[in-house]
Amino acid sequence: MPKVILKVENIYKSYGKLTVLKGISFQVNQGETTVIIGPSGTGKSTLLTCINQLTPPDKGHIWLEETEITNPETNINMIRSSIGMVFQLFNLFTHLTVLDNVRLGLIVVKKIPKDRATNICLEKLKLVGLVDKIDAYPAELSGGQQQRVSIARALAMNPKLILFDEPTSALDPELIGEVLNVMIKLAESGMTMVVVSHEMGFARAVANDIIFMENGVIVEEGKPDILFHHPQNPRTREFLHKITELYGGKSE
Amino acid sequence: MNQLFIIWQAMPSLMSGTLVTINLTIYFLVIGFMLGILLALGRVYGPSYLQLLIIIPFERFFRAVPALVLLFLFYFGSSFFHINLSAFMAAVLAMGLRSAAYQSEIFRGAIQSIGIEQMKAAQSLGMNIWQAVRYVILPQALRLSIPSWANEYAVVLKDSSLAYAVGVTELLRQGRYIVARTFGNALLVYTVCALIYFILVFMGNQLLRFLEEKYKIPGYELKQRREQSVLERI
Repeated sequence: MPKVILKVENIYKSYGKLTVLKGISFQVNQGETTVIIGPSGTGKSTLLTCINQLTPPDKGHIWLEETEITNPETNINMIRSSIGMVFQLFNLFTHLTVLDNVRLGLIVVKKIPKDRATNICLEKLKLVGLVDKIDAYPAELSGGQQQRVSIARALAMNPKLILFDEPTSALDPELIGEVLNVMIKLAESGMTMVVVSHEMGFARAVANDIIFMENGVIVEEGKPDILFHHPQNPRTREFLHKITELYGGKSE
Repeated sequence: MNQLFIIWQAMPSLMSGTLVTINLTIYFLVIGFMLGILLALGRVYGPSYLQLLIIIPFERFFRAVPALVLLFLFYFGSSFFHINLSAFMAAVLAMGLRSAAYQSEIFRGAIQSIGIEQMKAAQSLGMNIWQAVRYVILPQALRLSIPSWANEYAVVLKDSSLAYAVGVTELLRQGRYIVARTFGNALLVYTVCALIYFILVFMGNQLLRFLEEKYKIPGYELKQRREQSVLERI
């Protein structure tokens, strides 16, 4: 029986009259990757930010291992420090060097001494292949490099789970590969990940589970083989067809 | 020759006046800076009752009332409450709080121009709001504030001459004394005063320009292309 890292139960979220999430439930096992796909504006990103409470949900419960995140008594900063987040627009701290970007959380949140923090950061930066850029500032890097730094920043905190919010959709096509490769490497090394992405090639390669969301509900969920080849729901079929047309060749 | 001699003789008192002016300016700026940052943070992140009851009224009042009126209120008004404020202290309070109101608007603008994404990234690492402000938001906002802050510095330095009116013997009042002592020479003495103010503003602005350059974020200026300044082109 695999260990459940993340359990999401019946999450609702609305902005004014607009209900974005209408009862989302799913769970993620340790070391597994869940990819969430679906048309834009269906609440995928909102769902991710509900998980680490950057957007507190209106209703429902979320657990990280045994701790209920949605319990108001829970120390949310502690929870957040063990859930990494990688943003669509990288969100690197513009005034800090690559090394300081990765190191800041360790020093400020985890109170790790500077030299030990540096060693951890160098190790993570090596993993994403940017050890030669530690003194560069974000604005001096390409989008792909910035995104890899932000992955290293999330990794340095030694998270139980990393959330990826469309990590490649702001990148030039030729830079997408370098970020996906890092993510594939992570998935293979046993990191637990929840990824909102339309990279079907990536989903096929590493996803243990695929969730198709539309209009705030989970339309269909399943193993990639089943979902890609025998989708039950006509909407899923239609969406996958469009996406495959768009992203082409990678599919088979 | 005679006039040069007058200025030479007047120099010690002008210099002591200049020191008082510098002193006043430092007090104004320091009070304004510390309180201004707090007000700005309260305005951006604070609860709405705090904003509505304290911060906004404070800032509106001190920006709407003329500096001279504030000085009179603090200096002559303090005795009404049986508080014994020296002219210097009254000036420091009146103008320091006034500068805080102006500086809070500078910092608020700068803080709000830092995208919400930076705060989200900091929070996603587990920082609380104060850690995020301290390590992520303020370092960026303060850099952005330098140009407008240089403006505030010049205004505050020059407005310190208003303390003349409540009897602080700063630069302008020293000048006035010399004019009275030497029976005339108003144009000469006030020109020297003007020159001293000019030099102080100029040096301060040079220093701030230097800081702006020094703390510029590498690569970032590509995104916010700056007009090459006229001074640099000469």
